[in-house]
Amino acid sequence: MKINTTRILLAAAMTAFTTTMASATTLEDVRAAGQLKCGIHEGLAGFAAPDANGKWQGLDVDICRAVASSVFGNSEAVEYIPVTGATRFSALASGEIDMLARTTTWTFSRDTDLKTEFVGVNFYDGQGFMVPASLGISSALELDGTTVCVNTGTTTELNLAEYFRANGMSYEPVPLETGAEAQQQFLSGSCDVFTGDASGLAANRATFPNPDEYVVLPEIISKEPLGPAVRHGDSEWEDIVRWSLNALITAEELGVTSENVEELASSVNKNAEINRLLGTEGDLGAMLGVEADWAKTIIMSVGNYGEVFERHVGVNTPIGLERGVNALWTQGGLLYSPPFR
Amino acid sequence: MPGNQLSQAFVRTGMLDAKQPPAGETGLILWIRKNLLSSWLNIILTVLVAYAALRLALGLWPWFSNSVWQASSLADCRTILAEQGLGPTDGACFAVVTDRWHQLIFGFYPTDLYWRPILAMILFLGGIAPILFFSLPRSLLIFSCLAPFVCFWLLWGGTAWLPLLIVAGLAGGYALTRFVGAVISPTLTGLVTLALLIGFFWFGLMPLVGLMEAGLSLSIRPVASREFGGFMLAATIGLSAIVLSLPLGVLLALARQSDLPLIKWSAIIFIEVVRGVPLIVWLFTAQLLLNYFLPPGTSFDLTLRVIIMVTLFAAAYIAEVIRGGLVALPKGQHEGAVSLGLSYWQSRRLIILPQALKISIPGIVNEFIGLFKDTTLVVFIGLLDPIGVTRAIRATPEWNGVYWELFIFVGLLFYVVCYAMARYSLHLENLLRRDNY
Repeated sequence: MKINTTRILLAAAMTAFTTTMASATTLEDVRAAGQLKCGIHEGLAGFAAPDANGKWQGLDVDICRAVASSVFGNSEAVEYIPVTGATRFSALASGEIDMLARTTTWTFSRDTDLKTEFVGVNFYDGQGFMVPASLGISSALELDGTTVCVNTGTTTELNLAEYFRANGMSYEPVPLETGAEAQQQFLSGSCDVFTGDASGLAANRATFPNPDEYVVLPEIISKEPLGPAVRHGDSEWEDIVRWSLNALITAEELGVTSENVEELASSVNKNAEINRLLGTEGDLGAMLGVEADWAKTIIMSVGNYGEVFERHVGVNTPIGLERGVNALWTQGGLLYSPPFR
Repeated sequence: MPGNQLSQAFVRTGMLDAKQPPAGETGLILWIRKNLLSSWLNIILTVLVAYAALRLALGLWPWFSNSVWQASSLADCRTILAEQGLGPTDGACFAVVTDRWHQLIFGFYPTDLYWRPILAMILFLGGIAPILFFSLPRSLLIFSCLAPFVCFWLLWGGTAWLPLLIVAGLAGGYALTRFVGAVISPTLTGLVTLALLIGFFWFGLMPLVGLMEAGLSLSIRPVASREFGGFMLAATIGLSAIVLSLPLGVLLALARQSDLPLIKWSAIIFIEVVRGVPLIVWLFTAQLLLNYFLPPGTSFDLTLRVIIMVTLFAAAYIAEVIRGGLVALPKGQHEGAVSLGLSYWQSRRLIILPQALKISIPGIVNEFIGLFKDTTLVVFIGLLDPIGVTRAIRATPEWNGVYWELFIFVGLLFYVVCYAMARYSLHLENLLRRDNY
């Protein structure tokens, strides 16, 4: 009996402790801090990189800026926290960052076991192969017996092994710690094949002294849906991040750009969804717990998804990616936002 | 006298001048013969090494001499090289250093505030000079004590009342032990002062800072640790840890030799636990685990956490190096100190430590050099040290694909600092050389 009482008291004390810990929501914490703590890549072409003025730029960085626009109406209210591949999930779980936008692949185990909530996909990537054109290889199925440069400890390494085994081919891996090292080894001819995310391969190839001497093979051997993620268990905050991303996609679908958003918001449009998105009709902002013109602020400061894509990784950048699967669903791609209603 | 004639005939009255050694036994030729060509094996090795060095120099020279120093991107560099009829890899593209040197050195520190870290560095060097060079007047040591607080204020900005009140608190504590302790029991006064100081720093400091700031604002623009980066971050972490770990290491080494079991075993456990785990694990602990233990909402600055961890890590190593020095002292030194009637602290200060530290100098400096280079490990917890900055720079569309130029620059920065430390250590060893035991 005595023991039981003690136990109950202990349990009560612990519950009280955990409740006090969880009392402040992420949104309240972010508002109190005055800026969003956004976990980004320490440096990846097109996704997160500091320019000459030390300002971070990239596809993932713009997601952070979009969320800051929703919460504060100010896309600059972000503290960028570079996190490594090894520390990103712990940084999110421990509250070091409020959200994670670091080219993170949405997988089953990360969603369930690691208690991370992925709010959507901001880039559909996949693993590909690059070879010197002189090898005369045109398909990944001809890679039998080659040496392959691959980064260690990544899903890339596992996908590679699975793909070669499934197709009954052999290969010799050259495991390397960093992308820079892998690129150097590949250029110096230590390996025949360089494998990695297709976006990364394109970015790397663009920097080679002679890009024309290398080809990226057409096969994509894995699905890498990269998306922003938040902590498990705070649905209000999750909603804000999810709909900030969806606002970018919907804006492109509705033809709202950073140039015409001011004009569209000042008049009543025939398309009611534009009005709802920009807050001139309905009260979607209030439902989300932010200002009515939240989506308008996002589009004014970072543009719609298409603009973001073209600015950082599109065909006119050195990375030079086509939209491909990252086009809207109406244009044969995979991007699809639930309706703003 | 007949003897005179004899002596004139056979005995020289003046000394002959020494003759020049034969050609080939002097200067450069002698050095080459003795060091490079003394045996057949050495001749072969010399020729091989000379050949390799020449090949290396000839291979690298064009790359350096064709360097491009002014360009806006790697592609631009390659265009400039192509205009000279050179291939894209025939010349270095040091334009990346010209374009981004400020990020390699200062990270993301606000551009208009670069004078603050520079001034802090000058003050630090000025503050450490009286400690390093004994010929400078001892009164300058006051400046050495104050410099860290000024540096802290310059680097992080914010209100000057925080460092001022810390200094005031410490000075008050010193005065209390010095003047009151002389009248009443020194030990009792020491303990009371310690309790007062802890109470003051724990409870009174921040409210008082707020109060004083409200009365008279002494603020300069605050800069978050997050904006520290590049070589400045390495220097901030490395130099703070070096300055803090030496006194801590001395205390730990003395504690480990103590006769009091509690103190002795605490020191042993601390040293062995800290030494037994890799630095990178402590850094991960600093970044990830501490956040789980601290109450939510307390954001304890990451850079500060790293400085503390690196300091504790270095202190454990320094303690062992100094213990080596303590053990090497002959027992007679201890006994002599006791027989003179010196107290424990007097004997440590006047007899034991000066000798033990002198023996430990090479080991201590070795630790410091290692520690300074170990600061690059923070790249694994997402802080942008020089190596991290090179990675971030490579991620920009302009400079993606630049490797060697950035690494050479970073390597040079580290080399200069580490070599300076090594030279100072040699200077100190020569200065303190006593060949009497």
